[in-house]
Amino acid sequence: MHIELAVVLAALLFSIGVYGVLARRNAVLVLMSVELMLNAVNINLVAFDVWLRDTLHSGQTFALFVVALAAAEVGVGLAIVVQVYRLRGTVAIDDLDELTEPGVHRD
Amino acid sequence: MTAQDVVFCLLGVVALGSALLVVTTRNVVHAALWLVVTFGAVAGCFLVLTAELVAWVQVLIYIGAIVVLLLFGVMLTRAPVGPTDELDSGNRLLAALVAAATAATLSVLSVQAFHGAFVRLDQPSTAAVIGSALFRAWVLPFEVISVLLLAALVGAITLARPDVGTAGSR
Repeated sequence: MHIELAVVLAALLFSIGVYGVLARRNAVLVLMSVELMLNAVNINLVAFDVWLRDTLHSGQTFALFVVALAAAEVGVGLAIVVQVYRLRGTVAIDDLDELTEPGVHRD
Repeated sequence: MTAQDVVFCLLGVVALGSALLVVTTRNVVHAALWLVVTFGAVAGCFLVLTAELVAWVQVLIYIGAIVVLLLFGVMLTRAPVGPTDELDSGNRLLAALVAAATAATLSVLSVQAFHGAFVRLDQPSTAAVIGSALFRAWVLPFEVISVLLLAALVGAITLARPDVGTAGSR
């Protein structure tokens, strides 16, 4: 198999994740886009592991670690989102602007 | 193009198409369900790359746990279930520009860097192979990751406690 297919797929999936993080307004959807980016990284790790025939299999092991980290991240992230919803009544990240300087208008 | 290339391309097209739907759909629940399709297609890509264990871990943890957790988040924040225009912020055009620039840069760079590199897929990394590597060479990072998971669990419980942030706890 040609390795560039896997790398290009990972790059495109990562860019879709970047678009989601920047364009989405709902915090849960932003978390979903972050998951897409983490998955793109996993494709790269697995592809390079198989390509380089690593005897320690570090690529696939790191992919498993990234999966565990993603689970931890989404757990804590959702706890924060739920707490923000409880305190502010919204999860629209554009409306959570309490730390902006007074007098500075967001577009 | 070998048969593996063709299968990988088809799975990649499915993954990219459903990922695009995740970030553009106007329905939160549909976004979570398209995320399942994306993760499934990426798991298929791992299988083509002979990474058997990573593929099943992907199915179990991403599709089985993370998507369910995200659906819980959708439910608990009382997100609108029907289609709505409130999911996208005003900077969609800018975001599309940045994403297109990222995609172009990364794709061109990686095609130039890995042009013609060929991987022979004749050594399947079964659970036995990866498990032996994980519990011999990588056992200390593995334990650190489990401590991190425990810390994240405790942190999530502490954050989600109902009395945090109310008048009684201050």
